[in-house]
Amino acid sequence: MTEIVLEGRNIVRDYHVGGTLFSKAKTVSAVKGVSFTVEKGKTLAIVGESGCGKSTLGRILTLIDPQTSGELLIDGKPINIAKDRITPEMRRKVQIIFQNPYGSLNPRQKIGEVLGEPLLLNTNKTAAERRELAMQMLVKVGLGPEHYNRYPHMFSGGQRQRIAIARALMLSPSLLVLDEPVSALDLSVQAQVLNLLADLQDEFNLTYVFISHDLSVVRYIADEVMVMYYGEVVEYGTRDEVFSNPQHSYTKTLFAATPKSDVESIRARIARKKAAA
Amino acid sequence: MALLEIKNLSVGFDTSTGQFMAVQGIDLSVDAREVLAIVGESGSGKSVAMLAVMGLLPKSAVVTADSMTFDGHNMLTMTTRRRREIIGRDVAMIFQEPMASLNPCFTVGFQLEEVLRFHMKMDAKTRRKRAIELLQQVGIPTPEERLNSFPHQMSGGQCQRVMIAIAIACNPKLLIADEPTTALDVTIQKQILDLLVSLQAKYGMGLIMITHDMGVVAETADRVIVQYKGRKMEEADVLALFESPKSAYTRALLSALPENATGDRLSTVADFMKNEAAISGAPS
Repeated sequence: MTEIVLEGRNIVRDYHVGGTLFSKAKTVSAVKGVSFTVEKGKTLAIVGESGCGKSTLGRILTLIDPQTSGELLIDGKPINIAKDRITPEMRRKVQIIFQNPYGSLNPRQKIGEVLGEPLLLNTNKTAAERRELAMQMLVKVGLGPEHYNRYPHMFSGGQRQRIAIARALMLSPSLLVLDEPVSALDLSVQAQVLNLLADLQDEFNLTYVFISHDLSVVRYIADEVMVMYYGEVVEYGTRDEVFSNPQHSYTKTLFAATPKSDVESIRARIARKKAAA
Repeated sequence: MALLEIKNLSVGFDTSTGQFMAVQGIDLSVDAREVLAIVGESGSGKSVAMLAVMGLLPKSAVVTADSMTFDGHNMLTMTTRRRREIIGRDVAMIFQEPMASLNPCFTVGFQLEEVLRFHMKMDAKTRRKRAIELLQQVGIPTPEERLNSFPHQMSGGQCQRVMIAIAIACNPKLLIADEPTTALDVTIQKQILDLLVSLQAKYGMGLIMITHDMGVVAETADRVIVQYKGRKMEEADVLALFESPKSAYTRALLSALPENATGDRLSTVADFMKNEAAISGAPS
């Protein structure tokens, strides 16, 4: 039987917007009862437009924000960070990579320190060990030991995203949450980073939760797809089910909005344009 | 005659380590009623070339060209004052970050009417009417109320619509859109692209789409220029480009699209250029 790394049962997240002199307090439900399971070594893609709650869900999975209600199980153990203290062991299991590699690295921290910090905070490794592990990780993500003493501004967007990936992998997590990891990157750099993620998944048997609004990337990387719309899951299934036979109208809208770059579609578009002119 | 015609445009920047050439000898022409896409990665000089046309580059930039004519005017010898008159009225530009290109301190209506006041010398009443009409055209609901909104009160897609409204306010002959949808969601991207193309057809504008997204090219362009490291790699009609790309670099870009993935790995431009160099023996 395959091992289930991550399970969510009816997860809800509400935000309370405080009342002011002019407006009443209200509650915004960013995530409204989401349930899912992810098996070890697989990729679950969460798709939706901005404001649909996909990043909020990502933050809950990464133990940054607590859920308002519902159960979150990581490696079969229930966790609620609102109630329990998180142990370093728990922290090590889940890591996150953010969308903007320009914002997620401290400009005053050298790459070596960036990579060493998770070890410093969560393990008892000595400085020499941390350095050694950081060097090894740099090579794994396609950079080199010579980058150890450089600052983030010396790197391109794609390289920075590699550094962010390296940092996330320093603690050998079993689950990696990727919040739009390639949407700030160019097409060819995007391809490099996606390849790297695929390689790392094979090597470390990682489980990914891949948050994105780009369906062509999702189709490439995902095993299972969950489509969210205003905090609710409107479609959830294997990649082939969702892509070949979308059920919900929102999913269909998403497919229709994705640019088509095959020759047939271009020919059809030009024909339409000629007819209109 | 072409609306905008540029021959042998080069742009260099003086840096501490010598001159850096961002654009090297680009020829380019756009006709009225034509959608030209310029596609390339970041650093390929696609934005810099267009900023040079608009005269928006910093003083450290050295712009040279054999000729640069817009609608019969020579842009190279033109005085700054004359250029200011043309830019914003006959040539307009839309930028990538709609939130960053609107001034947060002024209402949308003020910023929209500013263009009309400066270029069209309209009085307050006519400006107001025209501003409402423009917001309607770009599909903003309840435009009368929206004129009094500040940029932060609107979504990214709506801000981009306002930017488009400002750009088309003076019925420009040429519209330059620099990555107009990169910061937006797919569903909003679709709406904005449809809007741009329909406005282009309606007013018979020339439209230059600067993008790195082959999907955007496929959905909008008539003709495409592929740029890499400041040089033009290929110029072709959109269908020809996707059907039978001539340059190795274009083929590399197309094969990096996730939907064109064969097997488990995406081919990257770097792999491709390496193979190319190995075959042709050219230095990379």
